[in-house]
Amino acid sequence: MNSTLFEKSHNGRSGINIPKQGLADAPSLDSSLLRSAKAELPELSEFDVVRHFTRLSNKNFSIDANFYPLGSCTMKYNPKIQERVGGLEGLANLHPHHITNNKTSLVQGALKSLKILEDNLKEITGMKAFTLTPQAGAHGEMTGVMMIGAYHKKKGNNKRYVIVPDSSHGTNPATAAMVDYDVITVKSNKDGSMDLESFKDAMSEEVAAVMMTVPNTLGLFNPAIKEICDIAHAHDALMYYDGANMNAIMGVIRPGDIGFDVIHLNLHKTFATPHGGGGPGAGPVGVGERLIEFLPDLTVDFNEEGYFFGTPSQYTIGKVSPFFGNYMVLVKALVYMQTLGREGMINASRKAVLNANYILSKLKDHFDAPFKQYCMHECVLSAETLTKEHGVRAMDIAKYLLDFGLHAPTVYFPLIVKESIMIEPTETENIDTIDYFCQKMIDAVELAKNDAEAFKTLPITLPISRPDETKAARSLNIRWQA
Amino acid sequence: MPYTPHTQNDVQRMCAQIGIKDETELFQSIPNELRAKSFDLEEGLSEFEVFENFKNLASQNDTSKISFLGGGYYDHIIPTAVDALSTRSEFYTAYTPYQAEASQGTLQALYEYQTMICNLTGMEATNASMYDGGTAIAEAALMAVRISKKRKKIIVDSGVNPIYIKILKTYLAYHDLEVISLEVKHDGTDKETLLSMIDESIAGYIFQNPNFFGSIEDYSEIIKALHNVKAVAIMSSYPIALGILKSAGEIDADIYCGDGQSLGNYLGFGGPSFGILACKEKYIRNLPGRIVGITEDRVGKRSYVLTLQAREQHIRRDKATSNICSNQNLMALRATIFLSLLGKEGFEKLALQNYNKSEYLKTEIAKIDSIKIYNQNPTFNEFVIELPISATQFIDKMEEKGFFAGLKLETLLENFQNRVLVSTTEKRTKAQIDSFVASVREII
Amino acid sequence: MSKRYSNEHEWATIDGDIASIGLSAYAVEQLGDITFVELPEVGAEGSKDDSIAFIESVKAASDIYTPLSGEVIEVNEELEDTPELLNEAAENTWVFKLKVSNASEFETLMDEASYKAYIETL
Repeated sequence: MNSTLFEKSHNGRSGINIPKQGLADAPSLDSSLLRSAKAELPELSEFDVVRHFTRLSNKNFSIDANFYPLGSCTMKYNPKIQERVGGLEGLANLHPHHITNNKTSLVQGALKSLKILEDNLKEITGMKAFTLTPQAGAHGEMTGVMMIGAYHKKKGNNKRYVIVPDSSHGTNPATAAMVDYDVITVKSNKDGSMDLESFKDAMSEEVAAVMMTVPNTLGLFNPAIKEICDIAHAHDALMYYDGANMNAIMGVIRPGDIGFDVIHLNLHKTFATPHGGGGPGAGPVGVGERLIEFLPDLTVDFNEEGYFFGTPSQYTIGKVSPFFGNYMVLVKALVYMQTLGREGMINASRKAVLNANYILSKLKDHFDAPFKQYCMHECVLSAETLTKEHGVRAMDIAKYLLDFGLHAPTVYFPLIVKESIMIEPTETENIDTIDYFCQKMIDAVELAKNDAEAFKTLPITLPISRPDETKAARSLNIRWQA
Repeated sequence: MPYTPHTQNDVQRMCAQIGIKDETELFQSIPNELRAKSFDLEEGLSEFEVFENFKNLASQNDTSKISFLGGGYYDHIIPTAVDALSTRSEFYTAYTPYQAEASQGTLQALYEYQTMICNLTGMEATNASMYDGGTAIAEAALMAVRISKKRKKIIVDSGVNPIYIKILKTYLAYHDLEVISLEVKHDGTDKETLLSMIDESIAGYIFQNPNFFGSIEDYSEIIKALHNVKAVAIMSSYPIALGILKSAGEIDADIYCGDGQSLGNYLGFGGPSFGILACKEKYIRNLPGRIVGITEDRVGKRSYVLTLQAREQHIRRDKATSNICSNQNLMALRATIFLSLLGKEGFEKLALQNYNKSEYLKTEIAKIDSIKIYNQNPTFNEFVIELPISATQFIDKMEEKGFFAGLKLETLLENFQNRVLVSTTEKRTKAQIDSFVASVREII
Repeated sequence: MSKRYSNEHEWATIDGDIASIGLSAYAVEQLGDITFVELPEVGAEGSKDDSIAFIESVKAASDIYTPLSGEVIEVNEELEDTPELLNEAAENTWVFKLKVSNASEFETLMDEASYKAYIETL
């Protein structure tokens, strides 16, 4: 039974009480300014609402209940301590306009937390300064590419292009376009890394930036990365680091040390803040010397008297968020960093890479494995042979897993691998869960060989099965109407 | 080691399976000269110590005073059921609903969210939320450019939240577009000048109603003029106002933007909240962000799915409507629960109470001789007072009396010295309002 | 009427100076279930290989490029409500008609045999 709140609504039911007004009504506004009828919201008791959403929650997979080996998403355990800290009155009820009023005395705790976070991020990444304001990875990418644009503009450079590898996440070219750059896509070689010779051909004086993910979206480390940085810099093209895969390299590589000029991190990936069903996340952006003067205008500084707001440079790109972005998400990431500390973060990356290689070693003889070398924190397999010989596709494998309480890995990304299945277990999963997952993947292959037709009706134990996406788009219905 | 379950035994078994001696071998492909030059972080702490640290930090912030701060971010009630439901880990540790069968909870909640937003705003289409009210305005402006087939000018009324205008200008700086600011006429829109500016070079006009000063105006004439030249009308507002004020749909606006903080979300020092972006049906393919639709599954069961994904980055890549990859899902969920708990009657009551209480405050303050109410237009839940002392002095002295008295406008707007924006919500009692007014009398 | 193809997978047939343009069956098969077609405006002018229209499916979206230069004189309005016609009969469903400005461009397109060979290489 999946009726909406509107279908459960009954005229006259009421939910919560608001405080009594306690004073007389003021004269009403002129009717030309007032709405002609009340907004149609459901009428339900508080209990109706609680039951409805409790039952909805039971229809979800979630990290707490299900293994989520989604490549590129880093679905690690979200520590409960984060939620407890998020409930602290002195954080949750803090008004952002104390910033506008420059009342630093009222927000010393918040400013200190931001400074500590920034210092941690600088040390983890080797970058010189951070803006904490972007609200998601894609938002951080946009901020970073805007700063690159501002850098070139200040120098009077005539730049038109951004280079991305063909394995890149869709946000990379979409971001470049938002900042009005054209995209040049460079192909990957058979080892899965951006092809160096093709890169050299694509590079020119008109290239503004090169956007890379390290390790790349196939979970592989490109050994030519330093050379790529040097070639780019020789043409005054800046190097952008997409930090989505940071979970593989904490304590091992720092993008600032290699020569990246600007990076973004996904706090909801590497730093374990909850995904919330799709957000909120946070995407802080770190920069090298060249780009400091372009940072968005809200920063935190410190002297013997305490914490205060930094003076923005005249070249700041402006604002990408109203205040410090998703401050309460930033707090949760800092909670995680303080809990793990130096050894904890190094260990997290090691175990993430260990888990992914363990899975690769167990499954590479059952699926196509396009890349034979050790992977990093995620591995890519392919169902191409299964598709050719039995008509069973990556999506079918995904649906099979759901009935066992296993969320599917990422399928159909990256685009350069046909029928790709990208698996990122993260370091928080234990060996029993991983063994179970591998067994089910192998069972899926067996089923494909013996009874390929069976996949068509999967999953069978979930609230729905194989929704008709074509119908959803052709007969568009995005709101309930009686 | 926190949060990793591996025992020595586990590690040995795994290394044996892979065919290595220890896990560091897996990093061999990374040459030494590329390795981290330092990784000088503090040691990890126990949960207890971490919590004490943050309790300490939180205590160095002041949330103790009675708040009359508004300016787009308000101290509204948050029903306990909102927290209880949204902190269920099935909601907050879930992922983006790409596998519909595993995400019917998230997807149905978003469908219900979309429905409520359309009903509140009078629009026919909306997405599953943007980052915040400011970035929503920027995306709306880019929509207007696409809809108007690449006209190059956007007019933004200076009555729009100045912080949001900064975001708009930052976003649009990289496109071959012109953002024209329309100066306010006292506390409202300079309609004459605006009408003289509207022509076929304009992609769209952005206004806020009630505006940043709390003033409410009738924009129907402006919107007609915009439509005459096929330009797009973008209305921004603070959603509680929609409880009693004309919706964007009723005035025939094309796009609505707003910030969802006041719908069941904590202030949180500015975030996370969420952005509302809604529009007329015919523009739905220009909307950025995720959209949830209803359909049937293999056996005819009603199902909810992400739809129109072909607009989004993971498919369109460099031709996407936006690079946005996420929504503020959990905050939109909280708003959905909030609106369900208030309901049709309750939401109007809430808006009315906000209006009545701020009218009472306004009336009482107006009785103080040396203070002027700056607004000439009617207002909703906030208004601007003109003081005989500096805004800084006023705010500091009122803080000593136990109040966060309001917003210093001169930080954001030129020529607004000695003016403070004060706001009330349903949480302010008559006694608190009286005490506020008495304190103002004392310090002037 | 001979049909020719562009390497962006549009087909064209020509009658005097009026050309009918559609999408190849291969293109539609790659896109999957078509959900939406944004037709060009009547009167719009395009040069060879300009992006002139837009098509969307459940899992993909693509520009439609005009294989010939000219002015759009008619569009297939049925596709607005029933985009699935393309899935049923792409090779027989025209999308728009052009008054061509340079009929000799038609000869530069691939004939059916060449196009068939071309898609084998993809």
